Amino acid sequence: MVALDKEVLIRKRRKTRFLLNVLLVIGIFLFLSRADHLLDPYTIRILNVSAVYMVLAMAYNLVNGTLGQFMLGPNAFIALGAYTVALLTMPVDKKAMSYIIEPLIWPFNSICLPLFPSLLIAGIIGAGAAYLVGMPSFKLRGDYLAIVTLGFGEMVVVLANNLVPITNGALGLKDIPRYVNLYWTWGWALLTYFFMRLLRTSSYGRAFEAIREDEIAAEGIGIDVRRHKLLALTIAGFFLGVGGGLLASLLGTIDPKLFSFFFTFNLLIIIVFGGLGSFTGAAIASLVFVVLSELLRAVENPINIGPIHIPGIPGMRMVVFSLLLIFVMLYWQRGLFGRKELSWDFLLNRLFPLEGVEKDEGSS
Amino acid sequence: MGIVDLFQQLANGLSLGSLYALIAIGYTMVYGIIRLINFAHGDVMMVGCYLAYFGVLMFRLPWQISWILAVLLTSLLGVSIYIGAYKPLRRAPRISALITAIGVSFFLESLGLVIFGGRPKAFPRPPAFDIGLNIGGVYLVSFTLWIPLITAILLVGLVYLIYKTKIGMAMRSVATDIETTSLMGVDVDKVISFTFAIGSALAAAGGIMWAIKFPQINPYMGIMPGLKAFIAAVFGGIGNIFGAMLGGFLLGMIEILVVAFMPSIAGYRDAIAFGILIVVLLFKPTGLLGEPLKEKV
Repeated sequence: MVALDKEVLIRKRRKTRFLLNVLLVIGIFLFLSRADHLLDPYTIRILNVSAVYMVLAMAYNLVNGTLGQFMLGPNAFIALGAYTVALLTMPVDKKAMSYIIEPLIWPFNSICLPLFPSLLIAGIIGAGAAYLVGMPSFKLRGDYLAIVTLGFGEMVVVLANNLVPITNGALGLKDIPRYVNLYWTWGWALLTYFFMRLLRTSSYGRAFEAIREDEIAAEGIGIDVRRHKLLALTIAGFFLGVGGGLLASLLGTIDPKLFSFFFTFNLLIIIVFGGLGSFTGAAIASLVFVVLSELLRAVENPINIGPIHIPGIPGMRMVVFSLLLIFVMLYWQRGLFGRKELSWDFLLNRLFPLEGVEKDEGSS
Repeated sequence: MGIVDLFQQLANGLSLGSLYALIAIGYTMVYGIIRLINFAHGDVMMVGCYLAYFGVLMFRLPWQISWILAVLLTSLLGVSIYIGAYKPLRRAPRISALITAIGVSFFLESLGLVIFGGRPKAFPRPPAFDIGLNIGGVYLVSFTLWIPLITAILLVGLVYLIYKTKIGMAMRSVATDIETTSLMGVDVDKVISFTFAIGSALAAAGGIMWAIKFPQINPYMGIMPGLKAFIAAVFGGIGNIFGAMLGGFLLGMIEILVVAFMPSIAGYRDAIAFGILIVVLLFKPTGLLGEPLKEKV
């Protein structure tokens, strides 16, 4: 009798959570629909960039935090996604004008697709590349894995610089159509967030975390470690590719320098600061990172207050961020969220306590 | 390509390889002892270059004294990085220390940018290193010979230090087993600090000679030599000093010769090293001279 009640209550709770999520999403989109009137272009840009970083950081966190495999090459998949979207969405005549050193090769020189299919193709290419990189790399672990993936990341930058008929070399690509707006970026950020949250509590997510805690024990209980690692990296590759594509369409210009190890470093700061293993942490830290780097931009530019002239200090932003990373690693390793996620249960349990349910959930 | 050209390229490869070898030793010594990839090593080298630069141009010191001071100060920097950033994490998971090392690396680069400015500076080349030579038709500038010579002297000194002195014995002992060594009454922290000092001093020496060879210095100059020296260390077998030397020389030679024989792929020069790294790690992760790793459950 009591057990039945509990089950009913838990089911009810699940329904409430779902409703609240739907309400949250509707709320965010209502806000976004008014944003054009409420906010200035600068704030909108910050919101856009944060959302793209959210997609990227959450995808990166899946491999580095949830799966616990230290990968240092997300910039490779981001670059692939960005170049894919740029090449697919640019109008044919703009392409002919941009490639002044060597003409663009077929088939890119004659196709022009809308944004959504381009993003999907970017994601698929990112996923495919991740699978190919993962196949040999996951023979290695720990710092060796880190270095090999760093090598792949650097190689993609070298390729982007040298494959002139595809990437236009060091000049990069300009005039990428800027289709992306708040709906696109926040839509993908929310999609990534809910996908990752569901993934984390699925059997696959549990297996990823088991691998992080102890690979040999995970293998012992029948988890195919290699397959799960590849799966996680492939999923991450998909979202990194999509995120890269969003970035290209948001910025309008890309070049190989954008995708150097610097990019990986930024994402690393975000996921470490948010808490390795927490998607909520990665998302919130993305927002904090983008806003903070905009605020610190003030330090880098010269300021004039009446007659007083304070010269800007270029490079100061990275000093602050690298110190922040060292500080977090030395004194605050769990970061903002540790491995926890934000959930409605916390709020609901406070407002409408369920006798005994929370306790039972842990043990069952 | 004639035989003269070949000798020319071999000389270039030898001097580039010596530099990789010098820098690689710092990586391999630190990795051998605390299993940490010291990401900041290349940037320590950059700081060494700037110290030598300022010694000559700002404080008007003779270049010999300026170089020696730069090497000493850089080894101090290495020790302070260890004490400030890595020592608190010695018992933490290895990945934490690696992330911190990446942070230190970016910190040095961006601080260098703030203090030294982003514009490349011309490194003064002492006259003794700047004599044009013609040896049987092979045209060389004298630094091409000085670099391997100085490297050889430093390496002989290092091997003596590690295999014939007490502190060298302590270093080898710590590399084998930290816990047991500390039970034997060795001050492990002191030994690790000393290792950082030696590694950073060699990095500074390598960096100064790098600046002699490529006389433009900027705050990001340490990244590529650092990465490639690390690759050289892995190539030779990380943790093994002779491996680092061998890996460094081979990597320098391969890079120069590949570009010399196939000028059309010169743009992919940096990718060669990473290609080697990936192949080595996938097929022989212990490198040429490394010992097989044991997997502990």
